[in-house]
Amino acid sequence: MFAGFGQKAPADTSYKSRKLTFEEANLVSSYYNQDGNNSAVTGGVGTEKLTDIANVIDVKLHKWDRKNRKQSLDVEIGIDHYTSASSDKVDLKNNSSASHADTRIYPSVNWSRENENKGSTIGVGVSLSSEFDYRSIGVNASFSQKTKDRNGEFTAKVQAYLDQVSLILPIELRPPGQSSTDENNYPKTARNSFSGSFSYTQVINQRLQLGLLLDVIYQQGYLSLPFHRVYFTNGSVHQENLPDTRIKIPIGLRANYFIGDKIILRSYYRYYHDDWGVNAHTFNLEVPVKVTPFLSISPFYRYYSQTAAKYFAPYQIHTVTDQFYTSNYDVSKFNSNFYGAGFRIAPPKGVFGMQHLNMLELRYGRYTRTTGLNSNIISLNLKFK
Amino acid sequence: MNKVTIKNFVMASIAILACFCSCTTVKEYQKNRINDAEMVVGPRKIEKTEVSFQTYREGASGANGGKGGGGCGCN
Repeated sequence: MFAGFGQKAPADTSYKSRKLTFEEANLVSSYYNQDGNNSAVTGGVGTEKLTDIANVIDVKLHKWDRKNRKQSLDVEIGIDHYTSASSDKVDLKNNSSASHADTRIYPSVNWSRENENKGSTIGVGVSLSSEFDYRSIGVNASFSQKTKDRNGEFTAKVQAYLDQVSLILPIELRPPGQSSTDENNYPKTARNSFSGSFSYTQVINQRLQLGLLLDVIYQQGYLSLPFHRVYFTNGSVHQENLPDTRIKIPIGLRANYFIGDKIILRSYYRYYHDDWGVNAHTFNLEVPVKVTPFLSISPFYRYYSQTAAKYFAPYQIHTVTDQFYTSNYDVSKFNSNFYGAGFRIAPPKGVFGMQHLNMLELRYGRYTRTTGLNSNIISLNLKFK
Repeated sequence: MNKVTIKNFVMASIAILACFCSCTTVKEYQKNRINDAEMVVGPRKIEKTEVSFQTYREGASGANGGKGGGGCGCN
């Protein structure tokens, strides 16, 4: 009865391309370096010096189908090149073995279809990753549903990674006859990871948005790294040995708040628990300040704290009675601080007057860990539209 | 203890969201601040490699829109 008085939504007369159309492209480049003195390759002692140069390019395309649904295609390729002083010690005699540097290539393709009338989106994707001693194939599928008022959105995503680890042992633990030059003939073993990710985001008011995130991750297979050494109390050297399953449950809460017209508070908290005994808290705060509507500066601080995995012990502390053992300080008890700032410009006429260069962002961060590991990362994001 | 912590955290988070859900319906034309590029609920593109190194260097991962394990030589 009242329907006749209701206002009808105006017909969407904007042009919607049925052909695959370029939406945007992003280039993210970063340089990372670290130093420390607890390398797992040498049993929890020795240099952790490492540098990594990463480049990731992603291109987003979209089109509208006959039912007026938006179909998006996201094609991404990443290339990392790293040099690692500790990996060089897989062969203790070599000062510059093949393992001192490697390149990792990781392409991915994701497709999604959004039905604006229903507020739902479905998506599928596939990814690959290849480096000298590691291969991975990943698949994912996702579903999102917005609430009726379009202020809330629930997303569920399932992912599977089917990985192959090359069993490159420390040189002194290799079977007789296998030398360091046999690098194409290492045996391989499987590591599989399955995860379910669930998130719900809610617009609270014109300035505040919250997000709740929950992942459940199950890993099975060879979860050690074969070239990690562990020295026992009796001085004997062994290969790292960890359980062949791991269940991880991280849960996070995000809250973003726009103060006035110039300041944004981006906050994040995560609690993490796994069945190896690692419990961790992560707190992150970033404060983008809009100096002008098109230029912002974003200082950030991240605090992280974790307990040790029950299989961790430092150099020459494990005993022959231990079933599982590692001296990898990444799973030791520590706190870390990560702080820095970002700089972002997105002028309406393009960066440096280049119309298609829509945005430039530069960010530097310094990471310090209570184990003595320090690192620096500088990243650049260029967005083309 | 840990199960209790997770349960409490989930309950508290759901309660926070539930309390706010019914507060205001924000119309599309009122979302100029919510739709700001720096208000995105999740890590931004430039954080991609930072999240990656943290996944390698720390025991915890996941619940940040990225991978929780697998796909690389990290745990």
